Amino acid sequence: MKLIIVAGPPSAGKTAVIRQILRHLPEKSAAYLKIDVIYATEDEEIASEFGIPARKVISGDLCPDHAGIMVLSDALLWAGKEGAEYLIVESAGLCLRCTPYTTESLGIAVLSAIGGTHSPYKMAPMIALADAAVVTRIDLVSQAEKEVFREGIRDVAPDIEIIETNAMVGTGMRYLMKMIDALHEITDAAGITLRGSPPLGVCTVCVGKKQIGWSNHFGVVRRLDSAGSLFRGE
Amino acid sequence: MHTITILPGHDRHGNPETFEPLHLRPGDTIAIVGPTGSGKSAFINDIEVFAQGDTATGRRILLNGAPPPEQFVRDPACKPIALITQTTKCLADLTVGEFLAMHLRARKITECDLIERTVALANEFTGEPIRGECRISSLSGGQTRSLLVADAVIISNAPIILLDEVENAGIFRDRVITCLKKTGTSVIFVTHDPLVSLMSDRRIVMGHGAVLAVLEPDGSEAEVLKRVTEIDAYLSSLRERLRSGEVLNETVVAA
Ligand SMILES: Nc1nc2c(ncn2[C@@H]2O[C@H](COP(=O)(O)OP(=O)(O)OP(=O)(O)O)[C@@H](O)[C@H]2O)c(=O)[nH]1
Ligand SMILES: [Mg+2]
Ligand SMILES: [Zn+2]
Ligand SMILES: [Zn+2]
Repeated sequence: MKLIIVAGPPSAGKTAVIRQILRHLPEKSAAYLKIDVIYATEDEEIASEFGIPARKVISGDLCPDHAGIMVLSDALLWAGKEGAEYLIVESAGLCLRCTPYTTESLGIAVLSAIGGTHSPYKMAPMIALADAAVVTRIDLVSQAEKEVFREGIRDVAPDIEIIETNAMVGTGMRYLMKMIDALHEITDAAGITLRGSPPLGVCTVCVGKKQIGWSNHFGVVRRLDSAGSLFRGE
Repeated sequence: MHTITILPGHDRHGNPETFEPLHLRPGDTIAIVGPTGSGKSAFINDIEVFAQGDTATGRRILLNGAPPPEQFVRDPACKPIALITQTTKCLADLTVGEFLAMHLRARKITECDLIERTVALANEFTGEPIRGECRISSLSGGQTRSLLVADAVIISNAPIILLDEVENAGIFRDRVITCLKKTGTSVIFVTHDPLVSLMSDRRIVMGHGAVLAVLEPDGSEAEVLKRVTEIDAYLSSLRERLRSGEVLNETVVAA
């Protein structure tokens, strides 16, 4: 089994990129799992378009990336039973703090070029811990903004592979496909771990305390002037 | 100096294309014509990504006779090709001057007269004046296109520009062609426009996803080109007069 984990903010073009990957892979060699918070239909679309096993997990009150980690070992077993050679996981990646990428996988961050030139900074962990950053909607932006966007990604993750694409057509995807073709089989499914550190502990907001201000909370607290300027997820 | 070579692939049904390897040299202009869905955009997308038989068309694109180095394909700042389409937009909420300065910063260029030169060139392409203080978001389609072409020539310094159906109103296509020729820039137009098609050095006719013919003007279209140029100048003058509030109540002699 080979594992591909695709993350990115809502409507970034994750499913469009996955469709291109599925067109590249040998027919019916993949299984697809979508993890979203509230609503998702991609599993049905992908199943009927490509005739492959597809499922979804709605995470509800759990962070979607946490939900993904919880179900991942079951999902690998499921994909194996279905006879798939690849498991492709699409994560909603909503909180921008967590990252779903694991060891023994190819981690792909998908971001949209029309998100504004600051958006790479706002998604720093999601990009910095990935192997590839795929920038979609490159067909819609000016050359200047393309270049500035790329610089932003480089700032956050100096060594990441950057792939600019019109994901509808699949332009520029050849370097992503090369990475996929070079992906290794999982050697030790039980030993797979998250690449990034998950958010610290559980704070009292998580357990339902609604008052504002750090003095109303205990455990992990944060004051206004203790904030850093960029978090990359390590 | 860059020469781009386009090697034939196949049409939508897999039948091989029959054209001779096509060379695009500095200053060449090529027009791509054909009905909607005939593969015009796929043709320039092949060039944009330097296809190596790995796109739907199977074409291969060479730079100076060989597949280009990876950096030329992947890094937009090293790429010798700028693609401008109907949908290309500047999204940033900046003034024209700030936008161009942002591009210069991304390229780590410090020459300071480039902003003025870019704005001046853009103004040669459009009848609606662009000033450095204009907000990008308030520019018309023609002004935006003019600015993007000028930015590609001066700041990107791209030797090859691909223009996908950008002929629409507000941009003087004849001046774009003349100017790009002067700067040695090679241009490929995807076009439905008679003036652009006839002014180009070569014309590629597309159908069913394949190149059907490569036409080179032999002078036989010269008269039509002259007439189209006159009609175009006439339409431009009408556009300017309407814009300034004139009533066009003169009598018109039938052609
Ligand atoms: N023009 C253009 N449109 C794109 C591109 N990539 C995606 N789209 C369109 O953007 C919309 C959203 O794309 P999706 O692939 O569904 O995005 P997603 O990230 O999977 O969205 P969620 O899973 O709902 O968060 C679709 O209508 C796509 O057709 C691109 O590169 N260019
Ligand atoms: Mg999706
Ligand atoms: Zn989270
Ligand atoms: Zn919490």
